[in-house]
Amino acid sequence: MSVDENTVRGIARLARIAVSEEELAPLAKDMSAILDWVEQLGEVETDNVAPLTSVVEMEMKMREDIVQHENIQREVTQNAAVSEDGFFTVPKVIE
Amino acid sequence: MSDLTKLTLSDARAKLMSKEISAVELTQAHVEAVEAAVPLNAYVTPTFEKALDMAKASDERIAKGEAGSLEGLPLGIKDLFCTEGVRTTACSNILDEFTPTYESTVTSNLWRDGAVMLGKLNNDEFAMGSSNETSRFGPCINPWKASGSDADLVPGGSSGGSSTAVAAHLALGATATDTGGSIRQPASFTGTVGLKPTYGRCSRWGITAFASSLDQAGPITRSVRDAAIMLTSMSGHDAKDTTSVDIAVPDFEAALTGDIRGLKVGIPKEYRIEGMSTEIEKLWSDGIDWLKSAGAEIVNVSLPHTKYALPAYYIVAPAEASSNLARYDGVRYGLRVTGDNITEMYEKTRAAGFGDEVRRRILIGTYVLSAGYYDAYYIKAQKVRTLIAQDFAEAYKQVDVLLTPTTPTAAFAIGEKIDDPLSMYLNDVFTVPVNLAGLPGISIPAGLSSEGLPLGLQLIGRTFDEETLLRVAGVLEEAAGFNAEPSTWWRNK
Repeated sequence: MSVDENTVRGIARLARIAVSEEELAPLAKDMSAILDWVEQLGEVETDNVAPLTSVVEMEMKMREDIVQHENIQREVTQNAAVSEDGFFTVPKVIE
Repeated sequence: MSDLTKLTLSDARAKLMSKEISAVELTQAHVEAVEAAVPLNAYVTPTFEKALDMAKASDERIAKGEAGSLEGLPLGIKDLFCTEGVRTTACSNILDEFTPTYESTVTSNLWRDGAVMLGKLNNDEFAMGSSNETSRFGPCINPWKASGSDADLVPGGSSGGSSTAVAAHLALGATATDTGGSIRQPASFTGTVGLKPTYGRCSRWGITAFASSLDQAGPITRSVRDAAIMLTSMSGHDAKDTTSVDIAVPDFEAALTGDIRGLKVGIPKEYRIEGMSTEIEKLWSDGIDWLKSAGAEIVNVSLPHTKYALPAYYIVAPAEASSNLARYDGVRYGLRVTGDNITEMYEKTRAAGFGDEVRRRILIGTYVLSAGYYDAYYIKAQKVRTLIAQDFAEAYKQVDVLLTPTTPTAAFAIGEKIDDPLSMYLNDVFTVPVNLAGLPGISIPAGLSSEGLPLGLQLIGRTFDEETLLRVAGVLEEAAGFNAEPSTWWRNK
């Protein structure tokens, strides 16, 4: 078992997903099965291998840093579940 | 009128151009077919009114001699593509009723060329799945049934709605996306053609991100020619996606010369996996014989790291997914569940919004990227990925394309694998290496299983050499002569 219930609780917290106590054990089992299976990568000798960063060699293009969309506040916020006066709103963060 | 849905995309194009049929008639026939196919659950958001408006506009352009390359051709769009003013959910509850104010580049290209949108198609939630069972709208059902059985089968995934719509004649073609096999595996399960282009060929802008270094859009169609026609429209450089490649888009249809004499076709020995069924072996050797008869030279090659592709994928893809899906926080769009403080709001929103498989992958991804594990998992997987890409590069020193089966089995039953993630993942054993190396691949319907279900063969090409890939695919398609059709059982339900 590579991950236990405590580890799942910690990971779920990092991922910002609420997980109930009853769900911890089955999740630990599922995750362990997957992580145990990927352990086979350990068989591959990779000491002198560079990690892949891009499948297609290409030069990153640059562009002018200029405003391309103006006055689209309504469009930007119209899909928010809650918004006020063209702003996103969240529960109070600063006391 | 329903016989208009029997046309291939290229035949329909010819009939529209000769004014033998109108775009409105063609679209109406497809709308009626979709309305009669509710049991398949292929369309999650039909847009019939929009389709008929677009078809009317197409007829006007055809009359004026201003027709585009896809003028008046009705298509289905995977729900992963953002469509302006039309709900786009990636089939996840977390996107709720999200309605984009912009259009994805790929679909913009299709509309620019005159295509007609019939609606949005079902898929696995965030394209995570191989059976279309993880969708918030419920599973999409394969139009095919095993002989002598009434059991519902999966249409493959994640692009199950796309493969179903094309196989059941509910669209002339469909857009799809492929991160580990999500175009080719569903095509194989439904007797359709599925083309995953080279990474960078199609812009990813406006497509819901799953694993950004692997995701690529492509078409599912009923013929290789139709795939070539759609790809020509979908491709092209886009300044809004820095990984879209700035090279000229060929006329892919012109690549279908039917002549593969002297081409070298590689047969990778590692794809002959343990426990491979005799019917898959037979299909593969039929494919080899067909290409040989057409004048190609068969070369045995080795891709030694093949068996490590799936475990590397199941580190890289969840890692990228956990990062991409961090944006769903209940603030800017989609579902929001209230909480006493901001963290609780995030946690409750994400708990309610993500399904089991998506949650599992986010957790795996978060774990492999977390402090202390990053090198052991993520960097290790990216190193293995380098070796897999090198294997292909070595093989392409000797051959022009590779021929393999697309999937280890035919379509399986709904519910058969959904509770066993690992057995579900193994479905993609032949398709995943192609994504890890960014190569183009295509699945061609090549035969029927002993149970009467479609089986596909996969061709894998060189980077940005979709033309050779399509040329060989055209020859393979003709030699296979696959013309079986599912019965239309859904019409009587």
